[in-house]
Amino acid sequence: MKPSGNILFSGVGGQGILLASEITAYALLATGLDAKKSEVHGMAQRGGSVVAHLRYGDTVYSPLIDPGCADFVVAFETMEAVRYLPFMHKETKVVVNTHKIAPPAVATGKATYPDDILTELARQDIATFKVDGFDIARSVGEIRAANLALVGALSSFLPVSEEVFLEVMQERLPRKLDENIAAFQKGRAITSA
Amino acid sequence: MAKADSQKLWLSGNEAIARAAWEAGVTVASAYPGTPSTEILENLVKYNDVYTEWAPNEKVALEVGLGASFAGARVLVTMKHVGLNVAADPLFTASYTGCRGGLVIVNADDPEMHSSQNEQDNRNYAFAAKLPMLEPSDPAEALTMLKEAFELSEKYDTPVLFRTTTRLAHVKGMVTVADRCLGPVEVKVDKNPAKFVMLPANARARRQVMVGRHQELLKFSEAYAGNRIEKGDKTLGIITGGVAYLHAREAMPNASFLKLATSWPLPEQKIRDFAASVDEVIIVEELDPFYETHIKAMGIACTGKEKIPATGELNAAIVKKALTGEGPELMAPVEMPMRPPNMCPGCPHRATFHALSKLDVFVSGDIGCYTLGFLPPLSAMDSCVCMGASIGVAHGLTKAMGGDQYKKTVAVIGDSTFLHTGINSLANMVYNKSHATVLILDNRITAMTGQQQNPASGETLMGEAAHAIDLEQLCRAVGVEHVRTVNPHNLRDTRTVLKEELERDATSVVICRAPCVLIPEMRRKKVTPLTISLDQCTGCQACVRLGCPAISWRPLSQTEAKELGKPAKQKGYTVISAEMCNGCGQCQQLCKFEAISEVEEG
Repeated sequence: MKPSGNILFSGVGGQGILLASEITAYALLATGLDAKKSEVHGMAQRGGSVVAHLRYGDTVYSPLIDPGCADFVVAFETMEAVRYLPFMHKETKVVVNTHKIAPPAVATGKATYPDDILTELARQDIATFKVDGFDIARSVGEIRAANLALVGALSSFLPVSEEVFLEVMQERLPRKLDENIAAFQKGRAITSA
Repeated sequence: MAKADSQKLWLSGNEAIARAAWEAGVTVASAYPGTPSTEILENLVKYNDVYTEWAPNEKVALEVGLGASFAGARVLVTMKHVGLNVAADPLFTASYTGCRGGLVIVNADDPEMHSSQNEQDNRNYAFAAKLPMLEPSDPAEALTMLKEAFELSEKYDTPVLFRTTTRLAHVKGMVTVADRCLGPVEVKVDKNPAKFVMLPANARARRQVMVGRHQELLKFSEAYAGNRIEKGDKTLGIITGGVAYLHAREAMPNASFLKLATSWPLPEQKIRDFAASVDEVIIVEELDPFYETHIKAMGIACTGKEKIPATGELNAAIVKKALTGEGPELMAPVEMPMRPPNMCPGCPHRATFHALSKLDVFVSGDIGCYTLGFLPPLSAMDSCVCMGASIGVAHGLTKAMGGDQYKKTVAVIGDSTFLHTGINSLANMVYNKSHATVLILDNRITAMTGQQQNPASGETLMGEAAHAIDLEQLCRAVGVEHVRTVNPHNLRDTRTVLKEELERDATSVVICRAPCVLIPEMRRKKVTPLTISLDQCTGCQACVRLGCPAISWRPLSQTEAKELGKPAKQKGYTVISAEMCNGCGQCQQLCKFEAISEVEEG
């Protein structure tokens, strides 16, 4: 029996979620697993909540993760981790970017950003790994590398070796490869300690 | 993966369809962009030896497809589900003419309305237009079945409908690729009026040809390997197809399955045999009870929509719950602010809707990024129906209300949507004398679907320079005497012109022209972001009311306000994110306290 799992990527349109989920998928495929990924384009990409479902295993049928069945949630924005709580179960591992983006109601003063929002995950005893993607991206000198830091943090939990991830990045990243690899490794260090 | 075996690629449904079209020897493809179908032509254009184009609308795209098929070419035409409504006129008669070269129409439905105004189930079109419809479940099947669709089209002299849904179009999976093979039909002018001239005498004869064709297609459907039985537990037999098959297969792994790949016509004998081999038949399908209705009409006992929802998209959990009553206990969602989509920072539409939000007018909207003008804080749209509807709706409203309602009625339509189906309605406004004001939001591109060119953009899908329609001249040509152009980023001018044209006792058009910030020329432009001086900000919120994603409100408590040297009653201040701001200057014009200025270099 090959390993199988469900990874839900969530965030805000424009944060590089598609690239991150793509790198993860190719790494899983490179180990001989089947994988399907579902995305939403169009209206949903205009700064709204964005989600991608990635499923892997021996044979993947449905392209969608069922509620309560996400084994990993990789959230590119803090609040967008908690929004998908109904997709989680007790063993779910959450990798969350501590970067916050105000949704329109908060930006216009009609609502406040719930500062302690991650306590909702703690209340359910969900293992949560915080990644300061913005800080890591800055430290490696590529402001858009935050997504690879999150993939790095996720990678420790997947049945894929670090070498395979590095090969996939070399093959798939069009530019700033060294910076992205550095961000990946910093993210990976957070969860592999 | 790709490296280990060059015959295997990991592609989305849309990428797989583009690949399959190339492999099938397609030489002509036409489409109007529409989620979730757009990426098919965006990928097909990357292959050699295929002519691809964006048509102004889906009706034109299908007519182009027909002409190319009459000439003998293999043709791909793609559109979203509502696009097939626009193309329905040629579709129904194309069923009579049939084709020469294989003609496949990819129709992308959008269950759950991720990016659409309705969730119509276009399998009904196959039944109504008497055309075969194939429906794959995943990218691998999409690739093989699309190639089969061309053979089907040529063998049975029929256009073929090929249905996808969002969860195929935008799902990536492993596919097996092959080389390109050209179609068997010679490309030439082949005059055959009895087949191609659909006046009554010829059409009556072709109608009989269609009756015979349907009988042949039934035989095809019975024999087609894609309609396959997967034997399992005899107590439960599930009839399903498309993406619903994948959900059902996962939810009920032990059941027996009849997986339908021909949504129309249905393989009646195969369905009968399957139903006879199991104790109970359940139909699992997304949206309408399409299989169910036709299977029940065959006199076969089955259950469908009594258990399976007829709205929204399915997943394995919904199917399992419906059939077994079982499901995991879910963690409750946490209340938090929603995050709807928004216009981009620097979007010219935001300025236009800001002006409209200050006027007491009925805004008849249309389909595009600007539909987001409906959302708070601008909340400046009062109706939106379908592509091109804004102008007709505005006209009807003024006719019903009479008096000087035209002074309070505005139609808002994008450049691409205006050329899609808006121009006819503008001609009607002039012809039938209504004096409402039409705003053409001309951002030079079809933006919502991802910046596709249109007849006013000056460039083709294949990257060649092209004539760009002069919208001012076009409006004048249909008889609009008052056509004015404004730069919406200039708020004062826009407001003044709008007020003047609303008052005018004649049909008028205001073209609000500024390019989409996402087109390549704009992305390359150097941006100087703006910043707000905390000292000068009084917390009046005039800039906040633009709803720009780069502008955020920071609330202050009384103590915090004092600490910042602000009056205790100041409720907060605003900040601009330098990373997000694109320096459009809209907020700067709204600030009465000169608190907003360019970020200093260095």
